[in-house]
Amino acid sequence: MTSAPALALERITCTFISRDDAEQRYTAVRDTTIRVDAGEFVSVVGPTGCGKSTLLHVAAGLLEPSAGGVRVFGEPLVGLNHRAGYLFQADALMPWRSALANVTAGLEFRGTPRAEAVAMGEDWLRRVGLGGFGNRYPHQLSGGMRKRVSLAQTLILNPQIILMDEPFAALDVQTRQMMENELLDLWSADRKSVVFITHDLEEAIALADRVVVLSAGPDTHPIGEFVIDLPRPRDVAEIRLTPQFLALHTQIWHVMKEEVLKGYARQQRQ
Amino acid sequence: MPGSSGNNGFWASVAPGPRTLRLYQALLLVLVFGVWHVLTSPTLLPPLYFDDANKAAFFFGEPVKVLSRLWNWFASGEIWAHLWVTLVETMLAFFIGTVFGVIIGLWLALSPITSAILDPYIKGFNAMPRIILAPIFAVWFGLGIASKVALGVTLVFFIVFFNVYQGVREVSPNVLANARILGASPRQLLRHVYLPSAMSWVFASLHNSVGLAFVGAVVGEYLGSASGVGYLILQAEGVFDINTVFAGILLLTAFALVLDWVVGLVERRLMVWQPRAGETERV
Repeated sequence: MTSAPALALERITCTFISRDDAEQRYTAVRDTTIRVDAGEFVSVVGPTGCGKSTLLHVAAGLLEPSAGGVRVFGEPLVGLNHRAGYLFQADALMPWRSALANVTAGLEFRGTPRAEAVAMGEDWLRRVGLGGFGNRYPHQLSGGMRKRVSLAQTLILNPQIILMDEPFAALDVQTRQMMENELLDLWSADRKSVVFITHDLEEAIALADRVVVLSAGPDTHPIGEFVIDLPRPRDVAEIRLTPQFLALHTQIWHVMKEEVLKGYARQQRQ
Repeated sequence: MPGSSGNNGFWASVAPGPRTLRLYQALLLVLVFGVWHVLTSPTLLPPLYFDDANKAAFFFGEPVKVLSRLWNWFASGEIWAHLWVTLVETMLAFFIGTVFGVIIGLWLALSPITSAILDPYIKGFNAMPRIILAPIFAVWFGLGIASKVALGVTLVFFIVFFNVYQGVREVSPNVLANARILGASPRQLLRHVYLPSAMSWVFASLHNSVGLAFVGAVVGEYLGSASGVGYLILQAEGVFDINTVFAGILLLTAFALVLDWVVGLVERRLMVWQPRAGETERV
């Protein structure tokens, strides 16, 4: 038996009760097990609205599952997952704090001395390409720059696990590819465990060591796992053109296609 | 027309626009006073409505006399004591009402059960015509400053309270979840997330509260006091001295504007993080 996985979602089921009618139930995720090893980059793909974010909330400890449990480095998770950082899909920066104050927020909450926090914050802003933008407020930054601030805000705390919820979904294609490359650079510097949620299969393959495909909701569960043995370091724009990538894409898409259509049909009905 | 280009140039420099805003605001004030003067002066125009030339001045006052009354007040120094009393009452009501509004607003917004229990009572107190409490406060707290402050507080409190309550409820769930994951304790969430988020709502409400704090102070004085601008107005009304009444009203209006301006200054200082309309700078 090797060492425990960094993050293990064990047979997670999440059933939501309707606020208006207690009889109405919606099971977003059913009996889902996902394990992420230390230093492993796992992408989770699935059709829109399949409960991917629900899984990530469970992993972060923001949401308690109806059944099943989470283990972090072998220990059962109680409350918030303090070894994880979370990159939200939507803007989650504090708009009343400057970029630097946002990046250092976590350190401040943990009681790091101010001078040290500021020095680290400025270093991290430089690492995400925003040196000199520290005193700007979020509304003065573009969407891509705000994502970089969020990234620095998460990574400065040196989390062992990084949970990412479609972090680049709102960005335009060019900015997105740049951010993906920067993410891979940062990640390869000191390999953390990453769970990267996306609905974009290409993004999932280009970034990950392993891709987990989820079924359409309700009752979302994994329907396939694929090891991505593409060589690293990768350039996300170029790797998309290699035959290996295309073969993997075809193979995974074959599994995913039916679920995407199902999810689409369900959305049409609503 | 080619001949009027010089005129156009002059007109362009004084046309209504952002630069000449103050000029036009002042002109409007002069215009209002001018019309007031012309219509009420017993000698300028034959009476339009009243059968006696002096009646218009009796009912509506005369701006020249109103202004000279104001001048005399300040020149003799008589007004300072009264103005000071009214301002102290207003500021105390404003400050106490705001602090209580923020504290109780935060408390109820973060404690759903308490707010559910208190909900009908809060709605009731808010709907109640609280001005009517003034005589009761006069009995409870006497005819000094305290009863006026109490009345002002009841007026200011609810405005701030409802805004804080709303502000806390509107905190973005993403920002909240993010702060929690970054390690914020409940107390840090209050200090770094709820409070700043509620502050933009509070400042919006403070502009309303300033006016109401004045209302509380003056109505309180009006109903029973021995000093204050409201007291002066009441005394003048007793002898049908309409000019002094108008002078008091103008004085209160001017100071309400000054207080509102101060609130605006503090707001701009504290709310630098808020995007302002028209600010398109992005780098």
